[in-house]
Amino acid sequence: MLYFSNLKTFSVLSVIIITLFFAVPNFFSKDQINSFPNFIPKQQVNLGLDLQGGSHLLLEVDTEEIIKERVENLNADVRRVLKKNNLNYSNFKVSNESLKFVVEGFNSEIQKEISELSMSNSQNILAMGDQTNLIITQEENTIQINFTEEFIKQSVSNAVAQSLEIVRRRIDELGTREPSIQRQGSSRIIIQLPGIDDPDRIKSLLGQTAKLTFQLVDTSVNFDPFNPSKAPIGSEILASDADEEFKYIVKKRIMVGGENLVDAQPGFDPQTNEPIVSFRFDRIGATKFGRVTQQNVGKPFAIVLDNKVISAPVIREAILGGSGQISGGFDSEEANDLAILLRAGALPAPLIILEERSVGPDLGADSIEAGQFAAIIGFIAVIIFMIFVYRYFGLLADIALIINLFMVLGVLSLFQATLTLPGIAGIILTIGMAVDANVLIFERVREEIRNGSNMMNAVENGYKRALSTILDANITTLIAAIILFFMASGPVRGFSITLAIGIFTSVFTAFTFTRLLISLNAKRLKPNFVGLSKNA
Amino acid sequence: MLNISGTQINFLKVRVITFILSAILICLSIGAFFVNGLNFGIDFKGGTLIEIETSQEIEISGLRDNLNTLELGDVQVQEFGSSKNLLIRVEQQLGGDQVQQDVVQIVKESLESYLSTDINFRRTEVVGPKVSGELIQSGAIAIFVAVFAMLVYIWFRFEWQFSLGAVLALVHDVILTIGVFCITQLEFNLPIIAAILTIVGYSMNDTVVVYDRVRENLRKYRSKEITDLLNLSINDTLSRTIVTSVTTLLALLSLFIFGGEVIKGFTFAMIWGVVVGTYSSIFVAAPLLRYLDVKREWNTTSAVDSTR
Repeated sequence: MLYFSNLKTFSVLSVIIITLFFAVPNFFSKDQINSFPNFIPKQQVNLGLDLQGGSHLLLEVDTEEIIKERVENLNADVRRVLKKNNLNYSNFKVSNESLKFVVEGFNSEIQKEISELSMSNSQNILAMGDQTNLIITQEENTIQINFTEEFIKQSVSNAVAQSLEIVRRRIDELGTREPSIQRQGSSRIIIQLPGIDDPDRIKSLLGQTAKLTFQLVDTSVNFDPFNPSKAPIGSEILASDADEEFKYIVKKRIMVGGENLVDAQPGFDPQTNEPIVSFRFDRIGATKFGRVTQQNVGKPFAIVLDNKVISAPVIREAILGGSGQISGGFDSEEANDLAILLRAGALPAPLIILEERSVGPDLGADSIEAGQFAAIIGFIAVIIFMIFVYRYFGLLADIALIINLFMVLGVLSLFQATLTLPGIAGIILTIGMAVDANVLIFERVREEIRNGSNMMNAVENGYKRALSTILDANITTLIAAIILFFMASGPVRGFSITLAIGIFTSVFTAFTFTRLLISLNAKRLKPNFVGLSKNA
Repeated sequence: MLNISGTQINFLKVRVITFILSAILICLSIGAFFVNGLNFGIDFKGGTLIEIETSQEIEISGLRDNLNTLELGDVQVQEFGSSKNLLIRVEQQLGGDQVQQDVVQIVKESLESYLSTDINFRRTEVVGPKVSGELIQSGAIAIFVAVFAMLVYIWFRFEWQFSLGAVLALVHDVILTIGVFCITQLEFNLPIIAAILTIVGYSMNDTVVVYDRVRENLRKYRSKEITDLLNLSINDTLSRTIVTSVTTLLALLSLFIFGGEVIKGFTFAMIWGVVVGTYSSIFVAAPLLRYLDVKREWNTTSAVDSTR
């Protein structure tokens, strides 16, 4: 057991040196690393948001809103078909997921018509080859229409994917440093923003669906903006963005929507010097906009964002060039944000912020400093204690411990695992527990010596006997670490990572490196080397 | 030179006392759990936490009164490490996930107008009701899964008697750890769950080492009385148990003293767990085997190997 072939020695040392090699960049500044020759690794340990400062946001796509919208569309489709066929319906009920009504003369023709209309309105959601997205059940004259489960699932999934893309675009527009935006589960999005400790602006950017529409103002009725009466059919009452109390009556029909925008930029009105957002339509949008403005010169139209009227200017002349500008009394940051929102596009459904964790850069730096200091003190204490108990062997275990610590750092850098504050705690805990494998071996060696073995045999048998115990003992801790890894997220997950890495490196060093050190001294070994008195 | 090898302490003799002690502590823990309950942090209760650093010392009670006029429900203000570092906790607001977000803004504005010093917002955490509910659920599941995984693992590697004894000791440790948080009313948050899981791993680690020796001695000394055999096994491994506990505690103490305020609760739980875990492997897990009718006939091939 003590004998190490050259090949074995070589492989053990290679593994250690290679791992240590990856720890090297952590001891230099970013600038120094960049001047390194290419063969030296450049990846430092990836610090978690709790150590480098930053913001973590967990968002959820409001899926109920998506289903509600689908049901509303279906509602309109169904009523249109019924009206077209001159059918009188009654007891029309719209619930969360279905429509229900009583009608006479409902037949398969009408059923087919509804299905086809609904299908054609949901083209981009359905998978290829889907025959229908509706389940229509008839009981005498009562009709119930539901979406298929598959369709609901697909709608939600599409909306989440789309939201993810739009969130990414909005955040990229702000020029944030290395943001990470990931989907979690079926309807959630995790955003990690290093270096941002006050995410107010991002939260407000994400808090808007940013659905932009251009609609004509309904001038057919006179009304008091502060106390409007009921809107005529085909129109709706919308509040002003600047003043909640001020209302407009706006025609429901959308002239042009935000999806036809190709660009939006913040700027200043050359005459008033007021911040504005100028925009440009695509070809379809430009044609539509040109036609409507041509037909409605002299009338006001409303620029509506998320159901609030930003402004309602009067059309002075036909706008045929496909570009225009929005002014609504905003400051330059608001203009900038609006431009970002318009460029990035509208969210298919509102986003709800479920969780926010932000850490300022000071606290992160303090945590690193405190963690490093605690690690050094703990490390020194353990080193002294081990030498006190096991003398020469203790010293060997201490050398292994130092190697071990750098190996953890190397493995963290190599796999770009994230080091968090609990992760540092995990490393410190590893310092304490890493010596355990050596302690088990040394205790065995002592026992063998007391039972009369000579030193060489004692060491040999010590390693042999301790092996299964060490494996059992470490596998239990590893099981705990693995469960923690899968259950936790963020900082706590960082703890399970360092703990697990520490288990592997400490068992590895105990069985290879310390043993190698002992075997190099095999001929000179004496009982007092393991902390036993000479006559033991 | 420390050498605890070769001790002959009769641990089993005091087993009645230690069992009673453990029983009392478990009853206290369960009692405290129902009387005091756990002081859940925002991870599990939802709500808002803001840590600030000010350039001058702040009179806490005045600030607390001021914040409690905001109609945000209960607002707690406490010192955090130093008198210039304050922790402000606002309870969860009614009305779902979206409204929690407004709290941060309201509190920040109020602080800025009330305090005349510079304020550095060091940390902001907002946890909505949906997430806090999930976190507490997944935390509880993780602990159960961990204990169950240990049960299965030990069953595989040893025999069911060992598995049962180890898991009873483990449950003992988990209950006492949760109990100490009920009694001290220290904040119970997500990192504490991580600490409990680590304690489960650590305590198991300690127990396995003792059990490993029990199994070995069962093969070695076929006719030895079980009480003597258990005593011998505990004594055989005592030195290792103590040395490893001491090194782990040294590292943890250093972290507790120097590691900063944020992970203090976590480190406290770990220190407590290491102490309880070490105690339970010696005084609970091993003595329990006496009552669990361990099998004496282990396969002979490996028995020959360990008999001298």
